[in-house]
Amino acid sequence: MDAYLFIDFGSTFTKLTLVDIEKEEIIATEKSYTTVETDVTIGYENALKKLKEKVSVDYNIVKKLACSSAAGGLKIIAIGLVPELTAEAAKRAALGAGAKVIKTFSFKLNNSELEEIKNSNADMILLAGGTDGGNCDTIIHNATMIEKFNISIPVVIAGNKSSNDEVKEIFGEKIEYYVTENVMPNLNHINVDPARETIRSIFMKKIVHAKGMENVEESISGILMPTPASVLKAAEALSKGSRDEDGIGDLAIIDIGGATTDIHSIAEGAPSKPGVILRGLEEPHSKRTVEGDLGMRYSALSVFEAAGTRTMKKYLKYKDIDIEGEFKNRYTNTSYVADSEQDIDFDEAMAKVCADISMKRHAGVVETIYSPMGMMYSQEGKDLMELPYVLGTGGVIVNSLNPREILEASLFTMEDPTSLKPRRPKFLLDKEYILSAMGLLTTIDPNMAVRMLKKYIVEI
Amino acid sequence: MEKKKIVLGVIGSDCHAVGNKILDYSLSDAGFDVVNIGVLSPQEDFINAAIETSAEAILVSSLYGHGEIDCRGMREKCEEAGLKDILLYVGGNIVVGKQDWNEVQQRFLDMGFDRVYPPGTSVETGIKDLKEDLYK
Repeated sequence: MDAYLFIDFGSTFTKLTLVDIEKEEIIATEKSYTTVETDVTIGYENALKKLKEKVSVDYNIVKKLACSSAAGGLKIIAIGLVPELTAEAAKRAALGAGAKVIKTFSFKLNNSELEEIKNSNADMILLAGGTDGGNCDTIIHNATMIEKFNISIPVVIAGNKSSNDEVKEIFGEKIEYYVTENVMPNLNHINVDPARETIRSIFMKKIVHAKGMENVEESISGILMPTPASVLKAAEALSKGSRDEDGIGDLAIIDIGGATTDIHSIAEGAPSKPGVILRGLEEPHSKRTVEGDLGMRYSALSVFEAAGTRTMKKYLKYKDIDIEGEFKNRYTNTSYVADSEQDIDFDEAMAKVCADISMKRHAGVVETIYSPMGMMYSQEGKDLMELPYVLGTGGVIVNSLNPREILEASLFTMEDPTSLKPRRPKFLLDKEYILSAMGLLTTIDPNMAVRMLKKYIVEI
Repeated sequence: MEKKKIVLGVIGSDCHAVGNKILDYSLSDAGFDVVNIGVLSPQEDFINAAIETSAEAILVSSLYGHGEIDCRGMREKCEEAGLKDILLYVGGNIVVGKQDWNEVQQRFLDMGFDRVYPPGTSVETGIKDLKEDLYK
């Protein structure tokens, strides 16, 4: 029997998914704690050993593909001109490529900002600024500064096309650079896909080597992309379908991890009611937002900060516990797995807080305006009110007995009437935890990926 | 000849979208590269758009009578944002009630606008002035 092996080097767990190619079935999945401190190979080998013990039939692995978010994942610095325009567009492009945006800069950079970039642990710089035919001075200034400070990080140039030649000349042999299309060719219209693809290809070629993954690289066909990019690809496949398979339509994914909570929405997000005027930067159809302060383990303390005792109590069944102590415990012991009923209740309450806040930050906002023509509404961001599906993934949701309750925390409530959160979607669950693996599969067989997604993503 | 870039929009809480479309169409037709930021636009949106696109003029329309409040301080903000010598035009029903036009015009000129148009001005007048100011 021929099989594909998909590997996800996560920040907390390394997960394996073994797929039977002919039957289009999952043979087995397995996970093991990721060993970033020593050598990621150890976690991988452990999981592989467990997987072998689990599977009794003979199989022949045709392809091994991996994605990774281990060792902090892909870290990008985004540079643009106006904070709300090209700087924001650059940030969105980087997020969509599966990166963690560690800092966004705007306008002409100064010496101390360049020092900050030089001393950061960023893997890449995304340099934007100016619409096509618009401002050239700022991006040229910033390129000159990058060259002057001898930045050794690869730079993706995605700014005003009229400045490209000059920027290339400035970088010359000294700075490693890649040119791609402008992230904002016309005002308020964003074009994030070319920059995303460029970032992904550099990630494949270079970044994984810097993360101590050469050892595993030899035994697998390659680490193709950052895990969040892979999840976004799977989401797109499930929503839009492929050439021969239909998709299911608009959806949002809530992915609660150990360090961050990601929301992906595949939807246009146009106003669902009449009389609404759209404002602000155009939204990408496939949008990803990352909440670096919302996660189950590494970010446990910041969840406490964002939620406070009161919001936690709203979701807790067992309210007479040392809430702060529980958060601290999860932060210091990241491999902690909740087993008692009380501990699981606490983890689920945390997950609800993550779902609630992250969806609020992802969805758009509507504002009432009183004008001489009567009451009007202005919308910024995506309107997800009528979104048909919300899909849950990530350890805490997948392993929960009540995944639906966690996802329900992300819905619209009258407590927050201006937020455009989904109102009554159907809930889906990534029960077998296969989204990242299916994102990898889209790169070799998109039709099969859509079929398997439709088979394994279940309604709850 | 290279097309001159201009930023066009309706300021403040004003949502007169039809006039905005007519202006956009007429100005584009007259050979300008129009960056239309649409209705309900705060001053900052005009200025940000002008920075990113390196526009040479900002055209503000206002029809709901609160133009004076909405436009105050715009020239100063342009200066702060480094938009030196950018042309600022304003037109429409820019003040409340019936006021003496000469006084109104002077008030907007004092606020730093280069051209001020009363209600009922035809778009051709604006186009003629723009050509004169931009190609001088």
